[in-house]
Amino acid sequence: MEYFIIIISAIFINNIIFSQFLGICPFLGVSGKSSTAIGMSGAVMFVMTIATIVTYLLQHYVLEPFGITFLQTVAYILIIASLVQMVEIILKKVSPAMYQALGVFLPLITTNCAILGVALLVVQKDFNLLQSVIFAVSSAAGFGLAIVLFAGIRERLEFSELPEGMKGVPAALLVAGILSMAFMGFSGMV
Amino acid sequence: MEKTISSRENFLKGFIRENPVFSLLLGLCPTLGVTSTAINGLGMGLATTFVLLMSNTVIALVKNLIPDKVRIPSFIVIIASFVTIVDLVMAGFLPALHAQLGLFIPLIVVNCIVLGRAEAFASRNTVASSAVDGLGMGLGFAFALTILGTVREVIGSLSIFGWKFMEGDGLLVFVLAPGAFIALGFLIAIVNWYKRMQDKAAIENKKEVAA
Repeated sequence: MEYFIIIISAIFINNIIFSQFLGICPFLGVSGKSSTAIGMSGAVMFVMTIATIVTYLLQHYVLEPFGITFLQTVAYILIIASLVQMVEIILKKVSPAMYQALGVFLPLITTNCAILGVALLVVQKDFNLLQSVIFAVSSAAGFGLAIVLFAGIRERLEFSELPEGMKGVPAALLVAGILSMAFMGFSGMV
Repeated sequence: MEKTISSRENFLKGFIRENPVFSLLLGLCPTLGVTSTAINGLGMGLATTFVLLMSNTVIALVKNLIPDKVRIPSFIVIIASFVTIVDLVMAGFLPALHAQLGLFIPLIVVNCIVLGRAEAFASRNTVASSAVDGLGMGLGFAFALTILGTVREVIGSLSIFGWKFMEGDGLLVFVLAPGAFIALGFLIAIVNWYKRMQDKAAIENKKEVAA
């Protein structure tokens, strides 16, 4: 039951994009087409899960025992950056098909604040390892849900007549605002 | 970057023309996440300004010592060090603001503006002009966040910098998440419109000169 609440709240109630504002850059950047949006959310889920596990271990077995938690930011970002690089190299060798699908998105993920954000949230919320993994996977699923929904709407938006100044990003932001309002409807659920 | 650009232009470009938020659309996560009030926006903007100024200066100083291949990781470490300084100083001296900004302080590390300026400007310009660039871009970011925070605070809770100018409740939705997206959308539309007006005026001026 406890895990179920974590999943529902990470996907719908505290959706990482619409209520936490993490990962807005890729959300606006690669949501032009549904296919790229799906690729990006796959890459995010992959990296977010691994990054959360690694930073969890780092936090509990290195930073805390040695009393150097003030190095948290520096250590986390270095770990995530090198992890992304490593995933890219391994994926290229092991599964070229998957690399083809996710490859272009991987470098962008280092500066995706959602990854670092979830890694830090897990520490703040005092989750254990299993809870952390579930939280990371469902946060990534929430990201995927948001970005795929949004890409679908943006594909339609291309064909609508808008005032000059509203074209592109401003209109996309208004759509995001309305979607975010829709997601607020979930807030009483848990 | 051309040599001809004056330091005044270098400083001012961050406000409208190359404003990180309104024109370049960088660093949108903290922009949307912390601007429920003007004070929060200003605090976040100034914290980012400090990081930008210091990281730009230091990167311009050491740019010749860093091998090209490990450039990005080195930049990230420099930036992360200054972010940690800001985080600890804020936690010590401004605990209330620190609690409000929360997660977004450590997330300055992954703010695309900071790494973007390091890569695009500080790694190929002098120390002085990099410092000016960092300060200008940072203040431009702070300016954008303060405006967005003010708009949301005025509409959402009928107050400005915490001072309530009217009785009653505002449109609460502007303080909550959807208002952030909607307010920013309209602000960007206004900036786009203003830039088009300027461009049009410039073209007409040229025509008149030619005639």
